[in-house]
Amino acid sequence: MQNDGKRVELLRQMLLSRHFDEKVNDLYAEGKVHGTAHFYVGQESVAVGAIAALKEGDVITSTHRGHGHAIAFGLDVDRMAAELLGQATGYCHGKGGSMHIADVGAGMLGANGIVGGSMGIACGAAWAFKRRGQDNAAICFFGEGATNEGIFHETLNMAAIWKLPVVFLCENNQYGMSMSVKKATAIENISDRASAYGMPGVTVAGSTLDEVYNATREALERARAGEGPTLMEAITYRYLGHSKSDANLYRTREEIATWRKQDPIQRFATVLEGEGVLERDEWRKLDEETRLRIEEAFEKASREPDPQPESALEDVYA
Amino acid sequence: MPEREITYREAVREAMVGAMRENDEVFLMGEDVGVYGGAFGVSRGMIEEFGEERVVDTPISEAGYVGLCTGAALMGMRPIAEIQFSDFMTHCMDQLVNQAAKIRYMFGGEGRVPMVVRTPGGAGTGAAAQHSQSLEAWFVHTPGLKVVMPSTPYDAKGLLLSAIDDPNTVIFYEHKLLYNKKGTVPEEPYRVPLGEANVSRIGDDVTIVTAGLMHHYVLEAAEALADAGVEAEVVDLRTLSPMDDAAVRRSIEKTGKLVVVEEDVKTAGWGAEVVSRIVEGESFYSLDRAPARVAGADVPIPYNRDLEAHVRPTPEKVVEAVRNLVDARKGVYA
Repeated sequence: MQNDGKRVELLRQMLLSRHFDEKVNDLYAEGKVHGTAHFYVGQESVAVGAIAALKEGDVITSTHRGHGHAIAFGLDVDRMAAELLGQATGYCHGKGGSMHIADVGAGMLGANGIVGGSMGIACGAAWAFKRRGQDNAAICFFGEGATNEGIFHETLNMAAIWKLPVVFLCENNQYGMSMSVKKATAIENISDRASAYGMPGVTVAGSTLDEVYNATREALERARAGEGPTLMEAITYRYLGHSKSDANLYRTREEIATWRKQDPIQRFATVLEGEGVLERDEWRKLDEETRLRIEEAFEKASREPDPQPESALEDVYA
Repeated sequence: MPEREITYREAVREAMVGAMRENDEVFLMGEDVGVYGGAFGVSRGMIEEFGEERVVDTPISEAGYVGLCTGAALMGMRPIAEIQFSDFMTHCMDQLVNQAAKIRYMFGGEGRVPMVVRTPGGAGTGAAAQHSQSLEAWFVHTPGLKVVMPSTPYDAKGLLLSAIDDPNTVIFYEHKLLYNKKGTVPEEPYRVPLGEANVSRIGDDVTIVTAGLMHHYVLEAAEALADAGVEAEVVDLRTLSPMDDAAVRRSIEKTGKLVVVEEDVKTAGWGAEVVSRIVEGESFYSLDRAPARVAGADVPIPYNRDLEAHVRPTPEKVVEAVRNLVDARKGVYA
């Protein structure tokens, strides 16, 4: 796949994402952030692997668990940290918080607080690409919980009949809040649902970055060639609770520990070691560098100005 | 040259056709809008000119295609979504209320959703409870959306062109009973600004504020009242959000009396907002009588013709409300 430098960069993005969310989790525990956030820890290879397959001008839509998508898409962790702290210099100038980080101009069409809420938006971006004759595509990230929402059915059907250049990327992290996917659906794989819409469905090991990358690249090629959407399912797992207030009553410590053993970052770093791309101490160094980068981002963000109170009344209308 | 008269339906179509000729990024999407021409024939003939890429028949998936239009608008396109009956707006409430209305604000002013959602509302067609509602107050209650409800063919064309130009999401309420209504409409494109009411009749005795189909009921009532020596001033809001309460204020400063006539149910209807804006400010002191509302009864719309008529505002109910209001005896209100 990518050249060595690019592969090290992907590892760096995963580490940044991991440290970002661990830091946010700590800040909540210390009561230094208000509101809530949903952590992507354990799922980093999905966002990073999929987004690595995009090209200039492509777009993504994200979810309530969106920090990882934003970092993989190249958003600035300083402005993300500022947004989490509600500062004027954050991506949403303190009006959005964790669940609405976006950079529309760059093609990151927003995290989204509503389950399945961005599926129409992704199709609309794909529609615009198709109408304008652009060779671009959209990745629509959503969780397996969203696949039981009505809009999942509506958008997959429309994308299929109009052959829209969109990749529906379902991150099956096993739980919709506390509801196990095994209890919430009667099918084996979420990707089985693709056949109902006349599009290919593929399930990949989400903790293996290369698998995610390769499957996404294939789905994007299909999308760009005018052959329509793909439903991709990445099997993954969130280590932390659904949100900051989750007591993890619906799963066992053993289960979490089992998944941690196939940690996507460890896995990819080991692959890079095996390929001779990266020595173990370089990996440790990268780990430490990214941790410090996140510390610095939040430290800097804490010194940024608060938004002016009057700004709360602005930007309702363009 | 005689002034040209066309129907409200044709005026809406003419605005869409004009906008689509001007700007390749404008498209129409909805159920049966193509060869069928839309459930009420508004888009008839458009697919022949613009093709199925720009006049797009959708599956019965209101949330899906309003969501798609939201995304296309976020990318800078100018979608017009048609919802066949305004009752079906319930299907796409998440897309409208949580997405389209809030994207700009949530993203801190970065991004905008220039989409128009056209939909026919209102009762009077015998279509019963799920095809006759007037739910526009829901959207008036949602910051980030604009709500337009034209009453004449002239305003329908001019307001729709403004709505398509507008950088925000606009809910554009048509009325099934207005589609055949004729009026003078210039052939060339023109814009009627959003958020500006129109004083359609001058009078000194009472101000009647209204919008949409009810505007015609009010004008009819005003003629009957004139015969009885009461001159009503009629304010057609045209846009419900943002609401031109300044126009209402100017009128009641002259008349001292306010009656609001709306088709939606009375409780928490947009008429309540008109009244509140007048009575909570200084303009309260311009009133010499308590305001009155003529609105739909707080019930679903029934099927039977007489039952339906019973729960809807009528010109007669408007006349009665005004007469009670101008009655010299205190406490005689509708």
